[in-house]
Amino acid sequence: MEVNAEARRILAVSISKLYASRTQRGGLRLHRSLLLSLVMKSARDIYHSSRESEGPPVGGEQPSTEEAMDACSGCPGEANPGHREPQPEPESVEPAPEDPEGCDGEITEDKENRSPARQSRKRRGKASAAPDFLPSKRARLEPGEERYAAAPLGSCCRAGAVDSLSALSLNRVIPAF
Amino acid sequence: MAGPGGDMQWCFSQVKGAIDDDVAEADIISTVEFNHTGELLATGDKGGRVVIFQQEIENKNPPQFRSEYNVYSTFQSHEPEFDYLKSLEIEEKINKIRWLPQKNAAQFLLSTNDKTIKLWKISERDKRPEGYNLKEEDGRYKDPNTITSLRVPVLIPMDLMVEASPRRVFANAHTYHINSISVNSDNETYLSADDLRINLWHLEITDRSFNIVDIKPANMEELTEVITAAEFHPHQCNTFVYSSSKGTIRLCDMRASALCDKHSKLFEEPEDPSNRSFFSEIISSISDVKFSHNGRYMMTRDYLSVKIWDLNMENRPVETYQVHEYLRSKLCSLYENDCIFDKFECCWNGNDSVVMTGSYNNFFRMFDRGHRRDVTLEASRENSKPMQVLKPRKVCAGGKRKKDEISVDSLDFNKKILHTAWHPQDNIIAVATTNNLYIFQDKVI
Repeated sequence: MEVNAEARRILAVSISKLYASRTQRGGLRLHRSLLLSLVMKSARDIYHSSRESEGPPVGGEQPSTEEAMDACSGCPGEANPGHREPQPEPESVEPAPEDPEGCDGEITEDKENRSPARQSRKRRGKASAAPDFLPSKRARLEPGEERYAAAPLGSCCRAGAVDSLSALSLNRVIPAF
Repeated sequence: MAGPGGDMQWCFSQVKGAIDDDVAEADIISTVEFNHTGELLATGDKGGRVVIFQQEIENKNPPQFRSEYNVYSTFQSHEPEFDYLKSLEIEEKINKIRWLPQKNAAQFLLSTNDKTIKLWKISERDKRPEGYNLKEEDGRYKDPNTITSLRVPVLIPMDLMVEASPRRVFANAHTYHINSISVNSDNETYLSADDLRINLWHLEITDRSFNIVDIKPANMEELTEVITAAEFHPHQCNTFVYSSSKGTIRLCDMRASALCDKHSKLFEEPEDPSNRSFFSEIISSISDVKFSHNGRYMMTRDYLSVKIWDLNMENRPVETYQVHEYLRSKLCSLYENDCIFDKFECCWNGNDSVVMTGSYNNFFRMFDRGHRRDVTLEASRENSKPMQVLKPRKVCAGGKRKKDEISVDSLDFNKKILHTAWHPQDNIIAVATTNNLYIFQDKVI
C-alpha cells in the first residue's frame, strides 16, 4: 500500500511538472520530458504490480481509481501544441474528465482536453462546416506513421481494463517535433 | 588534498560577481572555460553575455606565485529570439563556450545558446592613427581649400581597447536544444550536438553543416534516449564521443561512414539491481563527458558519481568516484524540488591526475586518481580572505554529527556548483556558484 501511495504521489508530481514545463521559457525540453515520462512509467508499473499483488479490488472502488490512473497516465499525452507534428486525434489521449482524486487533487480538470463524450458547447451548423474543397485543418498522420490505436485507451475509461492501461504507452509524453 | 609532503592546498584567490543575495536571473553563470594557455578565462551567463578575464601575474617566483584574473572583455553574445513558426521563445542563455587554439594576435571563441553558435574574434587595439589629411582629429571633414600639404598618418599609442566582433553565425541547423560544442584537433571543424542530432561544421562555412549522428526515431513515441553531451578526441580528428540519457557513451569514427549512427565502441556499465528505484533512469543520465588531455581516458558525470573510462575497455569504467552518495536516499525530495535534473559538469587537471566536479551547498569535490584521495571544499564568501586556505568539508550522512560536519538535511540545494574549470597547466581552478565566479589556486604552484 505504501508503495502504491508513493507511486501515485510521484505520478501526480510528474504530471504537474509536465504541465509546468509547457510554459517555461525556451519551450519544452526533450530530455526533461523524456526523463519525466520514464519516471511516470516506473511509477505506473509499480502501482499496477502492487495492485495486482494485493489481489482483486473491492467493489466499486476500482472504476474510479482506474479512471484516476487514466487521468494521470493520459495527461502527459498532451504535448505542447506549438511543437507538434501532425498527430493522431488528440481526443484519444484525453484524460477521463471525472475523478482526479488519484492524483491527490493536484490535477485540476483539463478544460482544454475534455473527452468527446462531454457535451460540446460549440455550435455545429452548416455554416461552420468546412467546405470539401478546402484542405482539412484536422491533425493527420504523415505517410508511413502508424496510427496510434485509440481502442485500448477508450476501454480504459470503462471499469476493469487493467491490462490495456498497462499497455498504454507513456511515450505520448514526448512531443513529436 | 591538504596534507604533508607537498600535496595541494587550495587557497582563495578571487571572487567575481555581485555580493547580493538577491540574484538576478540574467547573472546566473551558465558556463566557464579556460583558453588553451590558461591566460584567458571566459564565462557565459543566462543573460547571453560573455565575460572574459585575463590573467596578470604579480609574482612569478614560487612559492609566492600570485596571479589575478581581471576583466578583459565583456560583450553580449546572444539575444533572446522568437521562433514564429513554433511560437517558442529561444533563450539567450549561453550553454557552452569553447576557445579555438590561438593562431595569430587575436583570440577566437565559439559560444552557443539553444539554437545558434557564434564565432567571436577578440582583438586588442592599442594604437590609433593620427594625422589624416582630409579629417580633423574629431572626425569632421576639413575644408579642402585649406589643405596645402600632404602627410602620412602615423600610429600613436592609445589606451588598450579590447574589441569583440562576431565573425561567423552558425544558425538554423538544430531543431532541438544544443547541449555541446567541441572544436576538432584539426582546427578547421567543430561539432554541435542537440538532443537528437550531431552536426559537423567547418569554421569558415556558415550556410551548411553535415549531420553525422541522428538518433531521432521514425516514430517519436519510440524515443528512449537523447544525446546529452559530445566531444571530439583531443588528438584524433576522426574520433568523437557522445553520451546519452541512458548512461551510455558511444565512440564514433568519422572515417567509417558519413553518418556515424553505428558506433565503433559502446561504453556501458550494467546497472546494480539493488539500487533500482523510480529515479534510476534519471540518475544514470550522463550530464557531461570529457576526454583526458592525453586522450587515453574519458570521464563521465551522472547525478551521483564520476566515472573514468579507459577507451580500450567498454564494459565498465576503470574508476568510479561517488560525489554525494548521501543523496541516494533523498532522490524523491530531489525530484520534487527539481534538483535531480541538475546537470553537473566535470573537468580534468592539466596532467590528468585529478578530476573535479561540483555538488550542492556550494561544495565541490576533487578526486586524486593517483593517491586515491578525495576532498570536499566550499566556495563561500566566508572563506574569502586573500590566500585563505580552504578547509576540507565533510557531510554527515547519518548518525551522530561530528563537530564541523554538516548534516545532509542542512545542505542548501539552491546553492549548486554546476560549472567548474581547471587551468590547463597550473593548479588554478575556476568554480561558478549561482552568480559568482570563485578562483582558487594552490598555495605552492
